[in-house]
Amino acid sequence: MDTTKVANTNGTAAATGGKPNRAAAVATWADERLGIASMAKKNLRKVFPDHWSFMLGEIALWSFVVLLLTGVFLTLWFTPSMGEVQYNGTYEQLRGVHMSEAYASSLKISFDVRGGLLMRQMHHWAAMLFIASMMVHLLRVFFTGAFRKPRELNWVIGCLLLILGTLEGFTGYSLPDDLLSGTGVRAADGFIKASPVIGTYMSFLLFGGEFPGDSIIPRLYTVHVLLIPGLLLALIAAHMLLLVYHKHTQWPGPGRTEKNVVGFPMLPVYAAKAGGFFFIVFGVTAFMGALLSINPVWKYGPYDPSKVTAGSQPDWYMGWPDGALRIMPGLETHIWGFTISWNIMLPILILPVVSFLFVLMLPFLDAWITGDKREHHLLERPRNAPTRTALMVALMTWYGLFWVAGGNDIIAIKLHSSINEITYFLRAAVLIGPVLAFVITRRWCISLQRKDNETLLHGYETGIIMRSAEGGYSERHLPLPESKAYTLTARDRDPVVNGHDEGTDANGLPAPGGGRFAGLRHRVRTVWYSDNVQKPTVEELEDGHHHAEHEHELQAGDEGHAADGHQFDGHHLVEDESLRGH
Amino acid sequence: MSTHSDGHDEPVDENLPARDDLYANPGLPEHHWRPTDVDPKAERRAERQVATLFVLSAICTVLFVVAYFSVGKDDTVIGLGAQNVSLGLALSGALLFIGIGIIQWARKLMGDHEIVEYRHPASSSEEDRAATVEALQLGLEESGIGRRPLVRNSLLGAVGLVGVTAIVPLWDLGPTNAKVTKEQPYPGAGLEHTVWDQGMRVVRDVVGTPIKPSDLQIGDLVNAEPEALFNGGEDGEPLEGVALQVGKSKGAVVVVRMEPEQITPGKGRENWSVDGIVCYSKICTHVGCPISLYERTTHHLLCPCHQSTFDLADSARVVFGPAARPLPQLPLAVDDEGYLVAQSDFTEPVGPSYWERG
Repeated sequence: MDTTKVANTNGTAAATGGKPNRAAAVATWADERLGIASMAKKNLRKVFPDHWSFMLGEIALWSFVVLLLTGVFLTLWFTPSMGEVQYNGTYEQLRGVHMSEAYASSLKISFDVRGGLLMRQMHHWAAMLFIASMMVHLLRVFFTGAFRKPRELNWVIGCLLLILGTLEGFTGYSLPDDLLSGTGVRAADGFIKASPVIGTYMSFLLFGGEFPGDSIIPRLYTVHVLLIPGLLLALIAAHMLLLVYHKHTQWPGPGRTEKNVVGFPMLPVYAAKAGGFFFIVFGVTAFMGALLSINPVWKYGPYDPSKVTAGSQPDWYMGWPDGALRIMPGLETHIWGFTISWNIMLPILILPVVSFLFVLMLPFLDAWITGDKREHHLLERPRNAPTRTALMVALMTWYGLFWVAGGNDIIAIKLHSSINEITYFLRAAVLIGPVLAFVITRRWCISLQRKDNETLLHGYETGIIMRSAEGGYSERHLPLPESKAYTLTARDRDPVVNGHDEGTDANGLPAPGGGRFAGLRHRVRTVWYSDNVQKPTVEELEDGHHHAEHEHELQAGDEGHAADGHQFDGHHLVEDESLRGH
Repeated sequence: MSTHSDGHDEPVDENLPARDDLYANPGLPEHHWRPTDVDPKAERRAERQVATLFVLSAICTVLFVVAYFSVGKDDTVIGLGAQNVSLGLALSGALLFIGIGIIQWARKLMGDHEIVEYRHPASSSEEDRAATVEALQLGLEESGIGRRPLVRNSLLGAVGLVGVTAIVPLWDLGPTNAKVTKEQPYPGAGLEHTVWDQGMRVVRDVVGTPIKPSDLQIGDLVNAEPEALFNGGEDGEPLEGVALQVGKSKGAVVVVRMEPEQITPGKGRENWSVDGIVCYSKICTHVGCPISLYERTTHHLLCPCHQSTFDLADSARVVFGPAARPLPQLPLAVDDEGYLVAQSDFTEPVGPSYWERG
């Protein structure tokens, strides 16, 4: 069928109507006042490549919009005050109980405002989605090498978004002033007090006097609804602008190169897909808010500094420093009348900051190690950067084990095991686990690289079992289709690390411009690339194909035998026999 | 294998190879027509599907409004609040159907030709950059910032200093520990004090009834508070507001009774217990959670927040977990009427460690 005649959804001519063109009129009106045509010209049909993993950041973006919308709704009823009131609302169990206005208004939103609980639960679920999708998006960007030049600064902005999102989450779930969140705020006060020299000053200024005081909720409220959202908005805008300026990365494939970007145009396809996806994220959040209870503050009761519930835990994204805090041995130094609380400072003040800075610096570290100063727009499969991939998996393992430690009490209860033993185990595991994960991931990646080369050189397994005339069985391999072979080989070779230190030349003399850390860099780079499998050379490829053709010929023909173990054992005449192969 | 350096100062690493393509780029794969492109029936079907989805969304919006005005506060459905479920599901449907409809439209009916756009290096052209650097240098030159160090340095100093005007007022965010301790705006103010005092009764929390030693069996643990929380206000009224919250946050204690011979009293604390009854601060010395999980056979008290464990038979020594200090002990006595009272305030600050604590 000649499809060109029937296809009409891909029209190339402009639509013509009886009336003058509306869109053009509006565009003219706007351009005469704003002069936006020259900018819009480039961007209306801007190309975005398609891949499911590019959607992760979009989830983060849209859940942030959901947070803004539901958050505005919540502010209409929430009273950020610690003034003491006696509750006399709908929720029977707490009637007559003294509580803060913040808690009472949270109850009001949950029970007396129609749709209020829905907004609260959607807000909380969207927050979880926001942070989770940012984390997974970060992993995607790292594993595919999308952070490399020229996108390092966007990585930095993304990291800032993640840390600000986390703080936004903490300040947000502290606002209802319930027993659980109050316990979290109290622990935070303990962290602040553990800061050397200025700890108590910071605590007293933040809380407006002695903990808990009556200032912390209104102050957290300002931070939560004004300060951090403002920063988040500005950084998200910068993140998106840089994304547009750099143009999105793409996976290698037929027709896709470092110099181009292939995909659907912004208008209409991408705008429709992204816009539609916003409604889907919003709808899923509403679905969760409808059916999945989250943070039922009425069950916890109002904050009372003399009470606590067993199994108190922060929201999941605060879980890993909490886990570190749990498994840290109780070290404190008392010197010259002062106290240094290592048991709090190390896990909660130093560890998260150092980890965050490390993640923030990863693109620069990677560039320093690899010495790669080129721009990269084609993504790399995780297996093709084994050490880099292994580094992130080690970090994930580290994070995961700390996170598990944050639930050591729950694990002990559920598994009927000793909390002490779980804690001792995790103390060792956070040190050993990442190393194991690193080694395993690296070897795994290298094996996958081998597998790729195997397929390139010897073809893919067809699943067809051939039986030769002699009764031998073999699986037929066929060469990859060219587009697949092209995609598999569309990657760089790793640089050759010379046998000599970089700081010196081949003769052992100091090389110019080596830099102070050249020796260290050379050693790290050697490890970074060692054992990596390179894609085949042209010769290897020709060799492999030649070999495969030969094999097919032999399999197809009648001549030749498979060695069956008896033919050439000296008991038979072999003059007329020819062995398959050589 | 050396790549040429294109005017950048940085040396280009000679070890980095250029990509060698083993296969010729096959170019973009052929475009395949979708059923909706070639079959008018399929096209109309897709159109109807999309429109149906949008109509479903509209129906859900109507349902939302209906639910808002008709579902009562106390109605339940499968054990969940009917209002929340009905409003949430209706909203969810109204949004999801729009989303799915738009995406269906994009996938089935909008053009699906992949198009190619060319990239440009992130950097500007050499000329632009040179012109910018030149303009920058000219501007700096004309400002004389390099030639007039006196102006420059005094400006830098002034601008750096002006930030102080934003920081200093933060001092009034709250009174400091020293100020609170000196002025005592409420009983037991300051980190080194609590509301406890000589002769103050130990009362049960929530109800505020005093405790006689005979009320406690061996192995009992009672959550207790200083009596002042219940009668320390003006005219014997209960404390309220900040005074109450601060009083609770430092004054909460646990009272435990065990066999007297099981207690290993700390040095100088030989007379701090009454008939095997000891009293410790309930506030964890780690980060300040109230501690509540008591294991009667071992006399261990476990903090539910970070699992620090204290041995109440042995001066609340830390036996496990991240806390570094034992729980402060409240010296107990019995008053004329036979009720448990404190001999004094705690002899050390309660709660988490801090720099000046020593």
